[in-house]
Amino acid sequence: MEALVSAIIGLLTAAGVWLILRPRTFDVIVGLSFLSYAVNVFLFASGRLAPGLSPIIDPAAQGYTDPLPQALVLTAIVISFGMTAVLVIMALGSYLRTGSDSTDFGKPDDGPDTRDAP
Amino acid sequence: MGILAPMSLILLVCLPFLGALLPGLVHRAGRGMQAIAPALATVCGLAGLGSMAPAVLRGEVLAQRVEWMPQLGLAFSLRLDGLGLLFAGLILGIGLLVIIYARFYLSPRDPMGRFFSYLLLFQGAMLGIVLSDNILLLLVFWELTSLTSFLLIGYWSHLDEGRRGARMALTVTGAGGLALMAGALLLGRMAGSFELSVILTKANVIQAHALYLPMLILVLLGAFAKSAQVPFQFWLPQAMAAPTPVSAYLHSATMVKAGIFLMARLWPVLAGTPEWFGIVATAGLLTMLVGAWTALFKDDLKALLAYSTVSHLGLITLLLGLGTKAALVAAIFHIINHASFKAALFLSAGIVDHEAGTRSLSRLGGLARLMPVAFVLAGLAALSMAGVPPLNGFLSKEMLLEEVVHTGFAGSPWVLAALVTLGAAVSAAYSFRLIGAVFLGPVRADYPHHPHDAGAGITGPVMVLVALVLAIGLAPMLVAGGLVQVATEASAGSAVEVHIKLWHGLEPAALWMSLAALGGGLAIWGGFARLAAFDRAVHLPDSAGIFEAGIAGIVRLAQRVTRAVHDGPLSRGVGLALLTMWGPSVWAFAGGSHAAGNRATTPVELAPMVLALGLVLATFAALWLHRNRVLTLLLVGVVGLVLSLGFAYLAAPDLALTQITVEVVTVLLMLLALNLLPKSAPAEPLPRRMRDAVFAGGIGIGMAVLSYVMLMRDAAFEPISAFHLAQSKPGAGGNNAVNTIIVDFRGFDTYGEIIVLGIAAIIIAAVGQALQGLARSPAPASADAHPVMFATAARLLLPVGIMVGVYIYLRGHNLPGGGFVAGLVVAIALMLQFLASGLGWTTARLRVGFFGLIGAGVVAATVTGAGAWVWGKPYLTSWYGYVTLPGLEKFELASAMGFDLGVFLCVLGAVLATLSSVAQLTQKGAR
Repeated sequence: MEALVSAIIGLLTAAGVWLILRPRTFDVIVGLSFLSYAVNVFLFASGRLAPGLSPIIDPAAQGYTDPLPQALVLTAIVISFGMTAVLVIMALGSYLRTGSDSTDFGKPDDGPDTRDAP
Repeated sequence: MGILAPMSLILLVCLPFLGALLPGLVHRAGRGMQAIAPALATVCGLAGLGSMAPAVLRGEVLAQRVEWMPQLGLAFSLRLDGLGLLFAGLILGIGLLVIIYARFYLSPRDPMGRFFSYLLLFQGAMLGIVLSDNILLLLVFWELTSLTSFLLIGYWSHLDEGRRGARMALTVTGAGGLALMAGALLLGRMAGSFELSVILTKANVIQAHALYLPMLILVLLGAFAKSAQVPFQFWLPQAMAAPTPVSAYLHSATMVKAGIFLMARLWPVLAGTPEWFGIVATAGLLTMLVGAWTALFKDDLKALLAYSTVSHLGLITLLLGLGTKAALVAAIFHIINHASFKAALFLSAGIVDHEAGTRSLSRLGGLARLMPVAFVLAGLAALSMAGVPPLNGFLSKEMLLEEVVHTGFAGSPWVLAALVTLGAAVSAAYSFRLIGAVFLGPVRADYPHHPHDAGAGITGPVMVLVALVLAIGLAPMLVAGGLVQVATEASAGSAVEVHIKLWHGLEPAALWMSLAALGGGLAIWGGFARLAAFDRAVHLPDSAGIFEAGIAGIVRLAQRVTRAVHDGPLSRGVGLALLTMWGPSVWAFAGGSHAAGNRATTPVELAPMVLALGLVLATFAALWLHRNRVLTLLLVGVVGLVLSLGFAYLAAPDLALTQITVEVVTVLLMLLALNLLPKSAPAEPLPRRMRDAVFAGGIGIGMAVLSYVMLMRDAAFEPISAFHLAQSKPGAGGNNAVNTIIVDFRGFDTYGEIIVLGIAAIIIAAVGQALQGLARSPAPASADAHPVMFATAARLLLPVGIMVGVYIYLRGHNLPGGGFVAGLVVAIALMLQFLASGLGWTTARLRVGFFGLIGAGVVAATVTGAGAWVWGKPYLTSWYGYVTLPGLEKFELASAMGFDLGVFLCVLGAVLATLSSVAQLTQKGAR
């Protein structure tokens, strides 16, 4: 199971990185989603795998899983939604204003940036 | 003062900060009120200080203490002894005069409220420095003075020199502050405490410590940078871009004396060693000479005063560096004297500038007849600076000369005396030149304005200061003797004899040196033209220029690096960042040991194998088909779904619920965005895709190995989760340990997170607003925008969804669920209505605004947290108990539920605000 989870973390990371390197805003956002999955699973796994146990207090329980990484990942999932949403609106803005969804912004010293003009 | 009960020290320090709010509050009451309010705060401070003064003058030390972070040794502990009384008196007294002066000095165009707010913030920070007993607390106030000084120097932010001077002052004093921080940490470590009251008793331990010299150098760097000692003297003249009242207050009377104060405060612990003498006396002497020489040739009146301030600060530093008690008395005495005559001179310079329209000495002259009052006042102050009897400057300068006569320096008994006499002569010369160039000579016809004496509001404060100059000069023991005595005793930490007299007879060498300095001053003034030609020929190095060139070099380097990394494509910068992380990780891995882990593996069952296979297939398909965006999105949804099932399998039901609801919301959001974005992407060349695949594969393998290594080992330290599990029920009243961590044990984290989420929603709404009208209409996907079947089903689902949400919220404390999931579930139920019936239909029926929900959530969480204060518990301490209501079973109520309600509302509001902002864009596009 440990090897399987590790492999999945690796695969999700690689997929995320590959998509982030695409020159289109949408792909970058999807790539970040993959990367968030990978990081969340990694953080969750830092509590070690414990199928069959539970974080709910119960006098009859044999043992418990580590609840702390779960709490941290739970909020991380919600925050990564917020982050994705901000990126989506940025991507929309850049596309609507420039007519292109490319992430190639041109040289920074190309002179004054006029793309913001409505 | 027996009528007044002594004011609390904490209140005294807080008064200016409270006062800083007043100008904003009385904004509409006019400019007069905006000045009266801060003046009142300062008067209250003075009255408070006055109520404590008798005790301090009797030799008592007043103290007050509130613990802040005891684990770090940080406490809000204050002390008021003689030294603190002296400085606090200067800060509040001169502060009051400056406030009155500034009321009449600032032009109607200047925003006055802002000026006084900054000034009072500064005053509070300065009081904090001189009253702190804890040196970490002192550091906090120290940094605050740098920041407020930055704001005040840059007050006229439309002036380039104002902005530049402010930046330079902040950089130099800020860097000094960092050094001081390091020095203070070392000092605290050596003494075993950060409380001055303890540190000051540990002189033997500290001076014998191996790290004494590094600590001394770090502390002195901070003090020298603040007090403009060589080689940091250059920022002070640049700071003269500030309005003149600021120059008078910060850059002559108070802030630049913070470094001096620090040296005086730590004097018993640091002084008396050869290192102290070598560094401090030398820096002081150099500063005194360089400052005086530079001041002599300045054409700008304020620049002349700035360099003379540098010179006098050097003089005080030199006295502190000598390390004898008599020199300490002279230093403390000169602090008072310099503050009085220099503040008077700066304020007079402001009057001259105001009236004549210029500060250039070559364009002034003959003002004595036009402005007789200013002439008398500035003349007396300048003569005191020159060291002419019977003014106060003469007294302290004579004490200085008396001290240096006895001190050997550079292997010779008379070098120091000769150099200091030379410095005093130059100092006298620029004082004479100031009087001569501004006031004497014939009346000119070409002043930019028509000068005449200024009104009482602006002259009054100068009169008070000059009266002080005269009074101290004529009756030093009566006016200042007691204060000098307690201040010196507080600084030295032992009893001190103070005898200040105007006339010691003809024997002391100091009298003759003093006369020599005055004579030399007259001679230098007489030969000024030839000396000025000499000064132009030798041209001392311009340290401000060197500093600016250094900064410009760093900026150029940063620009070059930035251009090399961010040369256009985002992917290049991201790739380089990833490579930077990957490289050291591989290097670290290659250098480490690779023994297999010893943790028992968990057996793999069939169900997770199938799930994993589904995830792998969906991921590869998403990568393969990424140019078809709608399909990619659905595949991402599949991956998220598998992950949530995986969480459920791996004993994380809360995560499974969160993941699946967030997944729904995310996919919906991206689908809405895809309405406007292109639905497909152009092809890319295969070599590039392959190259990126190799790169991404390398990073993926790295992560996989890292995860495996981690999973096969136990944690290096015992996890703290056992505490959470054990305390979940007794401490937080909930059985769900994940939920109790979120709403109780780590509630403050969660509190921050819901606020971040709310901020994200507000950003999205704001950007969405700005984009309104830009969207082009997407082609309608279907003729029927809101099918009846869908709309009817969605409406039927709404109450069910809300009920499920409430149920999940209520059970969250004991079973999987909670505010986060509940908020997401209700948000999904409402979003279904957006989709089925349109955004307008839905928002018209929602009685509350989304931002109202976010705000209500944050308020609910805040109030729940603060509720603990009522019972005297720390923020967010939770309470729970059991309640029985008629007709219901006994049930549990926990204060954490109020907090979770805040989470619920905030998540709901943020999700709805986000989606509706994006949806609004698409609808505008569709119109």
